[in-house]
Amino acid sequence: MVLEQYLRDRLQHKDLLLMTHVVCGYPSFEDNWRELEIMADFGVDMVELQFPFSEPSADGPLFVKANQQAVADGVRPADCFEFMKKVSDHFPFKVLMMGYYNTAFKMGHASFIKRLSAAGGCGYILPDLPVEEAGELHQLSQSKELAPIVLMTPTNTDARLKILGAAAEGFIYAVARKGVTGGQTEMGDDLKAFISHCRAHSNLPIAVGFGVSQKADLDFLRGKADIAIIGTAALKAWEDGGEDTLRAFFSGLLD
Amino acid sequence: MSLFDFADGREGYYGDYGGTFLPEILATTVEELRLCFRSCKEDPAFWAEFVELMRTYSGRPTPVSYLENLSNKLGGARIFVKREDLNHTGSHKINNVMGQGLICKRLGKKRVIAETGAGQHGFATATMAARFGFDCKIYMGAVDVARQRPNVFWMENLGAEVIAVQDGQRTLKDAINECLRDWVTNMGDTHYVLGTACGPHPFPEMVSFFQAIIGKEARQQIVQEAGKLPDRVYACVGGGSNAIGIFQGFMDDNVELIGVEAGGHGPGSGLHAARLAYNDASVGVAQGFKTYFLQNDDGNMLETHSIAAGLDYIGINPILSDLWEKDRVRFEAATDEMVRDTLKLVMRTEGLIPALESTHAFALAVAEAPKMGKDEVILINQSGRGDKDIFTVADTIEDDHWKQFIKDKAVEYGA
Repeated sequence: MVLEQYLRDRLQHKDLLLMTHVVCGYPSFEDNWRELEIMADFGVDMVELQFPFSEPSADGPLFVKANQQAVADGVRPADCFEFMKKVSDHFPFKVLMMGYYNTAFKMGHASFIKRLSAAGGCGYILPDLPVEEAGELHQLSQSKELAPIVLMTPTNTDARLKILGAAAEGFIYAVARKGVTGGQTEMGDDLKAFISHCRAHSNLPIAVGFGVSQKADLDFLRGKADIAIIGTAALKAWEDGGEDTLRAFFSGLLD
Repeated sequence: MSLFDFADGREGYYGDYGGTFLPEILATTVEELRLCFRSCKEDPAFWAEFVELMRTYSGRPTPVSYLENLSNKLGGARIFVKREDLNHTGSHKINNVMGQGLICKRLGKKRVIAETGAGQHGFATATMAARFGFDCKIYMGAVDVARQRPNVFWMENLGAEVIAVQDGQRTLKDAINECLRDWVTNMGDTHYVLGTACGPHPFPEMVSFFQAIIGKEARQQIVQEAGKLPDRVYACVGGGSNAIGIFQGFMDDNVELIGVEAGGHGPGSGLHAARLAYNDASVGVAQGFKTYFLQNDDGNMLETHSIAAGLDYIGINPILSDLWEKDRVRFEAATDEMVRDTLKLVMRTEGLIPALESTHAFALAVAEAPKMGKDEVILINQSGRGDKDIFTVADTIEDDHWKQFIKDKAVEYGA
């Protein structure tokens, strides 16, 4: 698979890769572009472009607000694909679609896959689509070499992790804790045990997200996981002070 | 016919609708709930315990009343009403809530959360939590908090914490999103008491299971009171729990079943919550399940409106979507205006005060009864009582004495 190979190549030279997140059209596509330029400057390896949805029930307050504002501003999936095309043409990092299943369902599975591929995306993350319901979409993804990203969580049983591992491609998205995006996560023995649990059920690179927000978190993850996922923390930095604050945030993170 | 004989690999599906679409973090919790519910459903002692609880605590069985004055006035079918308004807390919501309270106890959980629209489900859940000794948090859209203060008052005084949800349209769907966010965080000790037959499997089946008590009672009672089965059964449909509750009593009979949605300002207005009766809804996946939603071409949800907060919902019971497609249930809508007129009529002719939600079912029955024969029988599910709607109703009919009372109260409170 394209994405998995890309990550393995990058991991030859870096001990911990970075995936970041942008909500399309929030605060604006222009702001998104400037955020992405900074992320590229700091060598980010992958970016999730979130397609705004009116019912973002797995997101915390900051992303909820971002989704709602973008929907209210009239940001449509077509705008997001157009933006994704520009981003994937211009930047060296890989781009994934992130969003809720209804966006893909409503446009039709085949159309979703075709448009995602045409926009240069290399995978998608749909947190409210369980693997049992993802059969057709996963199958369609294969011909376009798109990676359906599967989430593993600390509440999953071994039997469930086995099923998830079998369905996963590209990398494993390991959810570091219960809850929605944006809260605090304790980087400790439980998380360490959970990551090795994920490893036991998949040979793919492991990305850890939910509450990863500072240098200490990355230091903790180094040697345990392959990819750190920075979501809310980067948007918060942008909201706090735009370009300068976001640069300072990444400097601190990667210091 | 059983609605719940699932084909292999299709558990939780009713035709194309239903399913479980939740974040992975909830998979274990939902599986645990599913297994617990299965064992309860298969255990006759559990149903007996539930019926006994409802008898001694909620006043079941609720009666069926004959509306002789209204029937004579309309000059058509004889009209009977199943009186779910006479339940403790004033609506059918308590059936599901007490049932889920028993489930919660079996799960060994100590905390319950619930969404609420009109406030009836929140009120019922707060009551159940007080009775069972659970901690309780109710999520309610800020718009609904503003228009349903009496229910908020009771929830708080029953010991529940009421959170006014400020996201989105600040109504029922946003309260559901907030419940899901709470649940993905606190599933270890918390049961989510979903209030209607929507959401991910097993909720539609579980809520239908408890609400079936309405139909079981009603079938026996109507035969006794009317001397025959009804020709038509009318129920309002928001999420669709009271409707599936009463309809289940008549699934195998030659009885026409009519679901009445919130027509709001009417077709084409964009201000309604009629998913099946009007042409604005399409199939989608949100809030954990697949059904007809009022959504745009991108799959983002539309604004909804109803005079009745409890009907103001974007999606619909997946079982009813399937029964509608199979022509087993007919769907109609009653506009706000029809509801206002019908409420006045029912109050004056029969001394009944149905909730604005339930009045939707009355409105269609009142419209259709005159065209039916005198030997025909109508059964309406009065899912709740309307005294909770006193502010909305008083506003609508512009009652001067009420306005003066509020002004005097405001002065008394130093406004």
